[in-house]
Amino acid sequence: MTWILDYDAGNLGSVKRACTEVGLNAEFSAHPDAVTQAERIIFPGVGAAGSAMRSLRERGLDTALKTAIASGTPVLGICLGMQVSLDYSEENDTQTLGLIGGRVQRFKLNRPELKIPHMGWNEVRVKQAHPVLAGIDAGDEFYFVHGYFPSTTAPEHALAVTDYEDDFTCALGKDNYIGTQFHPEKSGRVGLRLFENFARWDGVWRPHEASTQNGGDDNAE
Amino acid sequence: MLSKRVVACLDVRDGHLAKSVKFVNTQNIGDPVEKAREYYLDGLDELVFYDITASSDKRNIMLDVVEAVASQVFIPLSVGGGIRSVADATDLRLAGAEKINVNSAAVARPDLINECSEAVGDQNIVLSMDVRRVQVSSEQPSGYEIVINGGRTPTGRDALDWALEGEKRGAGELVVNSIDADGTRDGYDIPLTSAIAEAVRIPVIASGGAGLPEHLHDVLTDGKADAALVASMVHYGDYRVSGLKQYLHEQGLKIRMSW
Repeated sequence: MTWILDYDAGNLGSVKRACTEVGLNAEFSAHPDAVTQAERIIFPGVGAAGSAMRSLRERGLDTALKTAIASGTPVLGICLGMQVSLDYSEENDTQTLGLIGGRVQRFKLNRPELKIPHMGWNEVRVKQAHPVLAGIDAGDEFYFVHGYFPSTTAPEHALAVTDYEDDFTCALGKDNYIGTQFHPEKSGRVGLRLFENFARWDGVWRPHEASTQNGGDDNAE
Repeated sequence: MLSKRVVACLDVRDGHLAKSVKFVNTQNIGDPVEKAREYYLDGLDELVFYDITASSDKRNIMLDVVEAVASQVFIPLSVGGGIRSVADATDLRLAGAEKINVNSAAVARPDLINECSEAVGDQNIVLSMDVRRVQVSSEQPSGYEIVINGGRTPTGRDALDWALEGEKRGAGELVVNSIDADGTRDGYDIPLTSAIAEAVRIPVIASGGAGLPEHLHDVLTDGKADAALVASMVHYGDYRVSGLKQYLHEQGLKIRMSW
């Protein structure tokens, strides 16, 4: 079973509808047992880092997620669900799950015409091939809505970047975990493709191989 | 770099699509779900539904429309019209709306903006404002006044001032709709749009008056808008969404061109 973590009573219907559209049978759950026994987990997020972490801890989902990830379950984090997978978020000065080393910062933009939140369609440039990002071509755009952005400590965990004054990491991954800053459920055909890929992914990914296939990446070791 | 958005607005009355000209003489022009799907497949960046249902007992029809559209259209869906409370906003969000537009009720009770943005996130609250041109006065120094109730009731409120207050109260985006331009197809109100877009730090969607592709170009450049809202020019088949985007792309604007 694929479970969509419903830990903060957010509007997650769009994630489920996207799964349905690509034939991935997914249901909502906020129960730690569902997480530890899941075949796949989608970890979306709405609201703010502080309340999201409180809600995860109250339900025991923080520990359950770590258990599931350690056991190899494929996990897809979306937006705030991705952000809380890093160590720390500036939003509400929050210690987050620490599944991947890195931190989440508020955009500090110099150009006055650039607005915060970064809202709308923007190009995703894949830096390291990944099964879940397969089929994203140069020029493909995804839908973003966020005022904070992630940066990973280890460059090999950064999978794709987007430019908003500067490049920021918009997709990150480690082993069986992948997270996106953009909303694939709101990103049309190319977004649905990502759910299709995730539905088929066995949870295996290593930066070495991928960067070699990709013709070499400066950041990968 | 962020792309400029082409947004289509569908006015829905009692579950049917309608398009007003200067907010009167609404004509029924088809099924909103079908139209939404058509635009989505043709590259639309965002969809706005405006519920202009007059009677409150038919309000729930809108939830069904939103739900039906949300399961077929995988782009941001924004819904407005008659939202008076956090409960209204939450119901629509659960039905599948990404963004909630508040308008008249927020003018009457500005706290609605704070309450809704707290409940569903400020990035999901759109302050939609209907604006008409007036004499510059001490009460309306910008020369633009907020009108409510579908353009029928003047409020005496200065439009620029209201935009800034909306931003401060937590609106994540503004729709600036010119009542003077609405339905005329003579072009957006560029001075109005740029005055507001330059004053706030949240995205602005320009609305009212689109009739030619050039109008979109002008409001996205001179008008400083982040998105251009279209209605009649695509509803009646004069232009296609993909054609408008192709034109803007050829003019050098950053536009999402693969879908």
